[in-house]
Amino acid sequence: MSFSARGIWREFSHSKIGMTGIVILAALFLMSIIAFVTIPVEIFKTWNDPASWLLYPKSAQPAWINYFQSEKIPEHLILQPQSSSQQLSSVYVLTDSFAVNYQYDGFPSDFIYQYTAKYIGSPLLQLSVTRPDGIELHLISISLPFSNTETTYTSMLFSTQNVIVKNLGNDKNRYSFPFDALSSEKIIFSKLDENKILKGNYVFSVHLYDVSGKPTLEKSNLVIGGKVFGMMGTDELRRDLSVGLLWGTPLALFIGITVAIGSVVLGLLYGVFAGFKGKATDEILMRFNDIIYAMPALPLLIILAVTVGNSVFLMVGFLVIFGWVGIAKVSRSMAMQIKTLQYVEASKLMGQKDRKIIFKHILPQLLPYAFASIAISVPAAITTEAGLSFLGLGDPTFPTWGQILHDASSYSAAARGMWWWILPPGILIAITGLAFVFMGHAMDVIINPRLRR
Amino acid sequence: MGFKKFLAKRAITMFGVLMATLLVTIALVGANMDSISKQSVTLEIRQQVTNNKSLLSSFKTTDQMDSYIENQIQQQIKSLGLDQPWYAPQRIGLSMYKILTLDFGHAKFLTSDSGSSDVKDIILEKLPRTILLFTTATVIVSVIGIFLGAVAASKVNSKIDKITSGFAIISSSFPVWWIGVLMIFVFAFLYPIFPARATPDISVTDPGYLGSLLYHMALPLITLVLIGFGSWAYLVRNFLVGVLQEDFIMAKRAAGIDEKRILFSHALKNAAPPIVTILALSLSGSLGGAIITEAVFDWPGMGRLYFEAISVLDLPVIIGATYVLTAFFLVSVFIADVLYGYFDPRVRRE
Repeated sequence: MSFSARGIWREFSHSKIGMTGIVILAALFLMSIIAFVTIPVEIFKTWNDPASWLLYPKSAQPAWINYFQSEKIPEHLILQPQSSSQQLSSVYVLTDSFAVNYQYDGFPSDFIYQYTAKYIGSPLLQLSVTRPDGIELHLISISLPFSNTETTYTSMLFSTQNVIVKNLGNDKNRYSFPFDALSSEKIIFSKLDENKILKGNYVFSVHLYDVSGKPTLEKSNLVIGGKVFGMMGTDELRRDLSVGLLWGTPLALFIGITVAIGSVVLGLLYGVFAGFKGKATDEILMRFNDIIYAMPALPLLIILAVTVGNSVFLMVGFLVIFGWVGIAKVSRSMAMQIKTLQYVEASKLMGQKDRKIIFKHILPQLLPYAFASIAISVPAAITTEAGLSFLGLGDPTFPTWGQILHDASSYSAAARGMWWWILPPGILIAITGLAFVFMGHAMDVIINPRLRR
Repeated sequence: MGFKKFLAKRAITMFGVLMATLLVTIALVGANMDSISKQSVTLEIRQQVTNNKSLLSSFKTTDQMDSYIENQIQQQIKSLGLDQPWYAPQRIGLSMYKILTLDFGHAKFLTSDSGSSDVKDIILEKLPRTILLFTTATVIVSVIGIFLGAVAASKVNSKIDKITSGFAIISSSFPVWWIGVLMIFVFAFLYPIFPARATPDISVTDPGYLGSLLYHMALPLITLVLIGFGSWAYLVRNFLVGVLQEDFIMAKRAAGIDEKRILFSHALKNAAPPIVTILALSLSGSLGGAIITEAVFDWPGMGRLYFEAISVLDLPVIIGATYVLTAFFLVSVFIADVLYGYFDPRVRRE
């Protein structure tokens, strides 16, 4: 049995299943690159910090479900402003306007205006909205706290503030239904003759008036609350799931591939050494191997994660500890066969050192087997890590797919029907596993021609 | 090497593994266990002294009381053997001996449903439930798997063969627990047929308890079967395909024995050794996997006990459960070995 790299690749590229695996893997690598480029790791590290997800909706379904629905569920919108400024005699006016084409079949759940203003003096902030029918409603005006020197001030305006409903009362006679007990967004977005949603273009404008200097708005976001959001929706803790899922890809690949390579290299060296040396060395090494082989991996992994630590790198190490044993067994028996081949015995007789024989004559023969086992070990590593994370033992600084599922199960997402929280992580775990299973299977067929029938 | 010698060698290895696993567990949790025990001793003695009014009044200064308490604590620690580190030979020896005689001590936080905090009671209460669920699942899975595998093997490359193999590969790449979450979503939320939590909500003494237990068991059982039978069928198929190419099968065919009989009685009998081995191994493997599966379904068995013990770091329970899980695992590995050696004499003579 002898293999050339080119020969293996030629056979591999003819294997439909193997190429499917490669294509899936390429897609996963693409996802990882997208994650690296679009979401900086600092943002990802705030995954478990509730403060950084305040603008996002709670438990929102993905936005695309509206394509399959006749009644469009209001989407959660985080709007960016269009700024303009002008000077009227001595008054500086800064205007941020937020235009939204509201075409959903329901009222927004609320709206929040979040801003950071930089000013001198005590500017006046006004929020108003122009509806599709041309009516302009004045919502709120407040004066920001006085300051002699240049200062920055951060605050929020909520649709639930009483003063907004009170101000809307000025336009009460335009509407043909009573306002009592209606919240402000249900008035603003309503038709005049009945309390139903009025679709069309709404423009929210924020005016900042100041006499002492030119004010600026450093941050200015209008959030219109809804029940669907983004590509993948959000979870109970308002986190955008697409961020977690996208970043989970490089992490899963890292864990899977590192564990697989680590275990295979360790197992290969251990097994080949035992098989080549034989006699007492072999006996001792193999008994030790037997002991690790028969240990229950999962309970011990759990104890290790709890007592020693649960950083991603430690986790990789723990998985390697239980991953190398099977490979060592197989490579030992392969090494015992190869060592009896004539060219190995010849080089031994010529006084070649053991180390050289192992690395030059035996290991190269095992390389195809090694590649196949790397591919086959990856899915197990990924599912085991996911399982540990699912139990809540994962690295909190680098949330993986398993951890997303852990959060999902601790908020009983399944029993509450939050499919967008449980389906994607599991499917991604399985797809990643499948990619390697396919590749491993294709490699296996090449190495063991007996499997071909 | 005779069969007896083979058995003896395997048994010694197994015992070695059991001891090694326990040693590793004790080494990992020993330091924590000591500090927790010392804290509880301190607390206990302080409470005793403050509750004892006559003793309290005999002290003149607080220093006197403190030194008395300190003295008492040291004595207590010494009598418990806590003055020596956990890795001292006699302490390890003592704890190993205790564990071997199934004396796990008392749980720190967890109790059994009937209120006992003796680890042995807790484990004896949870173990049958785990065995009930996972043994039933394994039996169903193996019956379906063997049947389906045999059918697939008799029609290699047919549609049913391809579907079985495809299903096996796909079903084995999904984590069981994730399928469990999905099943809860489908059968507890979309179509509320089964309860989402598998813990029966009536007390153990109620006459309807068994029925309730079985009803709550349905969803985890269906999940385990669904995810398990594919890879079983695939394995059985692969063994049988090998056997069906042997000469003796050809001879039977030539003799005109009908195909069904060849498949189910002659070929299956010859494929038995690896199948039985896998049966034993998958039984034990499912016990390890029980930790996550039971956490998903909230099934009140060993797996969930283990998980709960880990999350509150209840060390006596952790050690007891690890011991029982490992022992079960090893016993089934041993049985698998023995059966293989029994069915296939070549294994015995290496």
